[in-house]
Amino acid sequence: MNEVILYTLLTLGLLGTVAAVILYFVAQKFKVIENPMIDLVDDVLPKANCGGCGFPGCRAFAEALVKSANENHSLDGLNCPVGGNDVMKSAAAILGLEVEEQEPLIAVIRCNGSKANSPAKINYDGPSTCAFAHNLYAGEGGCPHGCLGLGDCEVSCDFDAIHISSETGLPEVNEKCVACGACVKACPRGIIELRPKGKKDRRIFVSCINQEKGGVAKKNCEVACIGCSKCFKVCPFDAITMSNNLAYIDPVKCKLCRKCVEVCPTNSIHEINFPPRKIKPEATEETTKTMAVSHQEPNENKA
Amino acid sequence: MMKSLKTFKIGGVHPEENKRSANAPIQILPFPKQAIIPLGQNLGAPSKPLVKRGDEVKTGQLIAGGESFIAANLHSPFTGKVSKIDNFLDSSGYRRPAIVIDVQEEDIWEDGIDTSGTIKREITADRKTIIDTIKSCGIVGLGGATFPTHVKMMVPDGKKAEYLIINGVECEPYLTSDHRLMLEKGQELLIGIQILMKALDVEKAIVGIENNKRDAINHLTELAAGFERIQIQPLKVKYPQGGEKQLIKATVNREVPSGKLPIEVGCVVSNVGTAFAVYEAVQKNKPLIERIVTVTGKAVKKPSNFKVRVGTPVQQLIDAAEGLPENTGKIINGGPMMGKAIMSTEVPVVKGTSGILLMKQEESRRKTALNCIRCSKCTSVCPMGLEPYLLLKLVKLERYEDGMKERIMDCIECGSCQFTCPSNLPLLDYLKLGKQRAGQIIRSRK
Repeated sequence: MNEVILYTLLTLGLLGTVAAVILYFVAQKFKVIENPMIDLVDDVLPKANCGGCGFPGCRAFAEALVKSANENHSLDGLNCPVGGNDVMKSAAAILGLEVEEQEPLIAVIRCNGSKANSPAKINYDGPSTCAFAHNLYAGEGGCPHGCLGLGDCEVSCDFDAIHISSETGLPEVNEKCVACGACVKACPRGIIELRPKGKKDRRIFVSCINQEKGGVAKKNCEVACIGCSKCFKVCPFDAITMSNNLAYIDPVKCKLCRKCVEVCPTNSIHEINFPPRKIKPEATEETTKTMAVSHQEPNENKA
Repeated sequence: MMKSLKTFKIGGVHPEENKRSANAPIQILPFPKQAIIPLGQNLGAPSKPLVKRGDEVKTGQLIAGGESFIAANLHSPFTGKVSKIDNFLDSSGYRRPAIVIDVQEEDIWEDGIDTSGTIKREITADRKTIIDTIKSCGIVGLGGATFPTHVKMMVPDGKKAEYLIINGVECEPYLTSDHRLMLEKGQELLIGIQILMKALDVEKAIVGIENNKRDAINHLTELAAGFERIQIQPLKVKYPQGGEKQLIKATVNREVPSGKLPIEVGCVVSNVGTAFAVYEAVQKNKPLIERIVTVTGKAVKKPSNFKVRVGTPVQQLIDAAEGLPENTGKIINGGPMMGKAIMSTEVPVVKGTSGILLMKQEESRRKTALNCIRCSKCTSVCPMGLEPYLLLKLVKLERYEDGMKERIMDCIECGSCQFTCPSNLPLLDYLKLGKQRAGQIIRSRK
């Protein structure tokens, strides 16, 4: 009986030793020499694996950072939107470099064609995905550029930051947004844009991307940009450009003076997180309306 | 015992036929005041306008031309003045370029078009002239896909067409435009088939007609006795027999390989409407400016078949069928299986409009989609032998590459899977989405 145990132990022990020796040499032979910096950098990254940096996951981004530091001695063009400046700074510190401070971005919805502003002319009862509906038809309100409200952006968001409001039928971005850009890619109509958060979270943007002629656009939606160029003329900083019957505000040039918001005849320019204006005696009805719009999304971006 | 009729082998469904307008003779619709002629009426590239605002146009005058290989000419369906060229609503609610013509009541035809009703039997044109005429007259497949016919006629080198198969199946429920055409224009239709046979240099033409149109089968069989090499083939009623590949399988028992065209197995398929248009083009020099449209539905007071000029608003057709029933839920361009709901009745009839179906509110609503119960009904009815439940899953997961391996591009969008699904899953919708995405991937590889 003892013999059996002895031979068993011997055989297994021998097998184990042989295997260990083989494994040792194989491991030596196929050893992957990795820059130890990658692990260090990887440790400070947020581990969200969202792809917002443009690389497949945080590990790949860490590799890219180390590679860029070794080859170019700079980290230009690489940014982790989720971690923001803090993470980029600590990553740069590990690599012995410095990074320029980047302005944090946030997703903004460039459509205000809510159920009230762009009433449904027809009812859609197909599958609940914007990608399909976009191929099928223009939308319940009739605007071929407007939000379909079926929530592809909501599904795409890994950060619980964008939700379709049942009241307006439009997506709303909350303070959890890290500007990874997933919703921008998911939206088949390109409604969502990443814009700088702005000082004190204040932003001004044209909440419409309809390129149709004014009359046509207005027919489908109360708050469409009709391409009247009033804002373009009033802007003292040349921040507004007009193309295809649509105004666009350049966030870099914009100094948040709010003059464009006042002149917009359809209230398609939104101001967010501004204190309420002092109502001047000659304030028109439209100005007050505009303010109401800006107050509809009070906590859209209190990051 | 009766010999069982021919049909395709795998899959297929039997929706209620509801051919309510089968006995309504073709009526001619009065002209509208204004006609909208969309520039993109055919599969492939949209046409480029050749007229400008303010131009006077005659009926049958060329107003837009196609430049690329797969493109078709457009002719003015009316006499009048071009009032504008701008973007107009199409059936999907998107605005697309169109030519608007203010129609005058008097119809003045372009020179050289024979508008008399006499039947011209003798085919004098040679092969090349036939194809050129088909091209210049802007003939597209009138079965619904609107593929330019002249492209189909050009058989690639090294291939030989053996059979011309004429599609008189009309397997879509409700629609009867092809049925009426076969009954009323049989003679012209058969001449049109002979013209196509000459152009393709084929030995034999087979006209496939489903057995629910006995009168059309008998009528054409009688007439075909006077024509050489045209066979009228009655087929068992089964949807989607009007699909190109299904029809080839049913009539000549050949299978088109995946991703290939019918010419691969020596067949060219054309619709009866197209054959009639070819007759008019080659024998009468008349461009494709009108077609037969069925207006029907369960609640429609007077289900009818109209001969309509392209550009007539759908509203006018509905009025002619004694108005929109009160409880209409959906207006569908095409049949109930493959048609698409339209957003507005202002949209015009185009070359591809085969019917206008008015669905009642209660029948038009989708039922709540439940979970897939793996009953495999969709697999057993798919005429292309696909697995729709699997493709639905792959598309939902955005695994388009795997979808392509599962031959998603072979889907003919017949809707049999969705029709049969006991869980009311939107199978066809996801298949369409997947096909579109897969198509993008294929194009981006080129």
